[in-house]
Amino acid sequence: MNVIDRRLNPSGKSLPNRQRFIRLAKETIKEAVVRSIRERSLGDVENKEVINIPMKRVAEPRLRHASQGGDRDQVFPGNKEFIQGDTLPKPKSGAGEKGSQGAPDGEGDDDFRFTISAEEYLDILFEELELPDLAKTQLKDDATLRYHRAGHSSSGSPSNLNLVRTMRRSLARRISLGRPKPGEMAELEAEIVALEARTARDAEADASLEALKTKRAELNARSRRIGYIDPVDLRYNRFEAKPQPSAQAVMFCLMDVSGSMTEDMKDLAKRFFLLLHLFLRRNYKHVDLVFIRHTSEAKEVDEETFFNSRETGGTVVSTALTEMRRIIDERYSVEDWNIYAAQASDGDNYASDSRTCLTLLNEAILPICQYFAYVEVYDRRQAEIFLSNLNVSELWKDYETVCGDHANFAMKRVFSKADVFPVFHQLFAKARHAA
Amino acid sequence: MSQLLFETGEWTFDTLKRTYDAIEEIAVGEMGLDPYPNQIELISSEQMLDAYSSIGMPIFYHHWSFGKRFARDEKMYRKGYTGLAYEIVINSNPCISYVMEENTMTMQALVMAQAAFGHNHFFKNNYLFREQTDAGGILDYLNFARAYVSRCEERHGITAVERILDTGHALMDQGVDRYGRRSRPSLSEELAKAEARQAHAEGSYSDLWRTLPGAGAKRKGAAKPDERKQDLLGLPEENLLYFLEKFSPRLKDWERELLRIVRNIAQYFFPQRQTKVMNEGCATWVHYTIMNRLYDLGKISEGAMLEFIASHSSVVFQPDFDDQRYSGINPYALGFEMMRDIERIVTNPTEEDRAYLPQIAGTGDVMAALKYAWANFRDDSFIAQYLSPHLMRKMRLFKLTDLAADPAYKVSAIHDERGYKQVRRALASQYDTGLRDPNIQATSADLAGDRRLVLTHRMTNEVPLAERDALAVLAYVSDLWGFDVEMVGVNHDNEQRYRYDLGAAAKVGAVS
Repeated sequence: MNVIDRRLNPSGKSLPNRQRFIRLAKETIKEAVVRSIRERSLGDVENKEVINIPMKRVAEPRLRHASQGGDRDQVFPGNKEFIQGDTLPKPKSGAGEKGSQGAPDGEGDDDFRFTISAEEYLDILFEELELPDLAKTQLKDDATLRYHRAGHSSSGSPSNLNLVRTMRRSLARRISLGRPKPGEMAELEAEIVALEARTARDAEADASLEALKTKRAELNARSRRIGYIDPVDLRYNRFEAKPQPSAQAVMFCLMDVSGSMTEDMKDLAKRFFLLLHLFLRRNYKHVDLVFIRHTSEAKEVDEETFFNSRETGGTVVSTALTEMRRIIDERYSVEDWNIYAAQASDGDNYASDSRTCLTLLNEAILPICQYFAYVEVYDRRQAEIFLSNLNVSELWKDYETVCGDHANFAMKRVFSKADVFPVFHQLFAKARHAA
Repeated sequence: MSQLLFETGEWTFDTLKRTYDAIEEIAVGEMGLDPYPNQIELISSEQMLDAYSSIGMPIFYHHWSFGKRFARDEKMYRKGYTGLAYEIVINSNPCISYVMEENTMTMQALVMAQAAFGHNHFFKNNYLFREQTDAGGILDYLNFARAYVSRCEERHGITAVERILDTGHALMDQGVDRYGRRSRPSLSEELAKAEARQAHAEGSYSDLWRTLPGAGAKRKGAAKPDERKQDLLGLPEENLLYFLEKFSPRLKDWERELLRIVRNIAQYFFPQRQTKVMNEGCATWVHYTIMNRLYDLGKISEGAMLEFIASHSSVVFQPDFDDQRYSGINPYALGFEMMRDIERIVTNPTEEDRAYLPQIAGTGDVMAALKYAWANFRDDSFIAQYLSPHLMRKMRLFKLTDLAADPAYKVSAIHDERGYKQVRRALASQYDTGLRDPNIQATSADLAGDRRLVLTHRMTNEVPLAERDALAVLAYVSDLWGFDVEMVGVNHDNEQRYRYDLGAAAKVGAVS
């Protein structure tokens, strides 16, 4: 009997099955994922997601008897008071009859629920989206090394031994140097044994026995000299370390926090920023976040303050842009960093500031940005008024003039939570760039 | 010095080996079991989940349905709704048992006794397994199957492969040979037969026959081209996978091979479906006997014995029909009780036992009686043969009759003198795969004409098919057949009860 320890074998043998299953259920999963991003709270976007899939999409039908109809006998255990001839009323609806008879036969419409991991969740969420500009990649000093296959070598660690090549070389060497084959040796051995077994041997037989024995000694010596596997046969898979260009990005979140921005609107903006951050994190090893909020003046703050504290004051959008440019110049050199910016605002701006904004955008920001997205958020009350395109804010009107000139500038309006993801999707959809 | 094989719940490879040897001594030495050589493999719970999803086999081809099963099992397990099996055992030679690392040493002993000797002996000796499965070759075959399926996926795409496998899986229950296949005459045999016929015709030729009235008409009738065609197709054919594989007009070679793989695997598992009660009963009885013997020999402690009994009695627990936990008859419970009952009848029979089971009552040799039963029966015949009135009373079995025409269920037999035979017969046929699976056969396929394939469902007691599933399966079949497919249900008087007609145009999913 053998006890074999398989615990070290890789688990996850079922992974290909799981992938096939997900591929099949993809459409449904996708709907569920998109729905969930609309509905769930902010904190747990990255958590696992439980998906309900209507059973019929992944049904495995079989030809089997229905649970109802026809005449049937069934034996049950645990009789208490029945005697032969007793009758029991049939249940009205039929479904739940006879213990759990109804359940295993699966005619119900139950959904199939299962959990997808955070990774799978994000994969599905950001499928078909891509970064709008070719990312700048930069070799840095602390760039990570990654190992690539690079041919073969004659030295290496045993775990990298290339068996096929080693054995091929060993075989070639054995043939060319004429190492006696095991079959040959066995034959010779058999002959010697046969001769020795013969009781009456004449001189001729003795002589040939002698000759065979000499030959055997010779061959044995040769076998010993020419090894089955020689160090020169050994070939190892070689791996070479190559520095991996590491791409890094910085994401600027700009938001108007003046009195006119309600909690509702901030929530919408936050959702948008969150998605952008998740998305960037998937594409860049390293993503820096910079939060800039502004009223009549702009300030860099931490995330907590950014979303939660409230300021009073007027609205001068250009201050945020100036602040952003200042931070770029100070900390994020344009050669090394991919710069993304997302601005959220309710569209209010100090009337004479628009000009300054446009100049800043056109000359200082957009030329060095990978992408600049502007979302205008509305709360429910406003949504009704602004739904038609005619009633647009001042800022929107001004930005629209920029939009035509720069491919890396995009703007959208968000009215409700349910809009956030579709808007995000539109901004980053692959098709936008193909067109 | 203590004789105990192990003292704590922790196991080591040493104690495993020692305990295995002690168990083997009892199982083979004392009980005379005859298992395949054993190979015991330790796995973690994740690997157990993996194994679950591919029907317990160590190697299997990839398919989404296994992913679905995995997703469900994993969720059930993580949420704590179900535990995992302590062990999985594979009908192969050598017999592979997977045991979980989480098991305590007592459980490892139980599991080894149960899987490595109980199930193993059953696999090696039961006639169904001997006839229908090839324990020595199954792992190689699965290896081939997986490689072949993945090669097909690379070459033809996953979707194309899934189309075939989905259909194969849907027809798995109808993809087994219940009886040996009628042998096909080889070409030389056919020729020899034709020659002999010719020689006979020539030898007995008489010009006078030609002048008999009605001779011409008779000859016309004798031609019967239909019958000849049906005969070539081997119709009627109950192995639908076999029929599709051999005769579907539109399939490519690799597609036929895929169907064949599914069919071979279905056939490999068919004996397990037919012997659930016996197989589990045999294994449970064996581990129960071995563990008790180990305890009697002083090789396991009282604590271990208590742990064993707790686990054992939860395995063989049978809730009553009106209990919330009731979900059908527990095969472990029924099987174990029957084995124990045989043991009782052989050693200590009552007058009643002598009347019902004269062939074993009081013979005294428990192992001989059990080994004979394990080797030569399957669930339905085993129950029909060995279910004793004593056990029926003990389990308080009763039979409920549900007639479609009757507004109420009727208790048609209980565990009394009048009912024993009825209950026994009803319980036996409950385990008869021939009755449990619908009897569906391919009955006609006009290959020269419109190629319409007709499947006939011979209904047992007018029990219909689950309609939605049946339509979905038919859609699969018509997709592979490529032409119209219809299914008719007929009762025992050959009256048609229902008819599903599926044009080839109907695609899979259209009806689902």
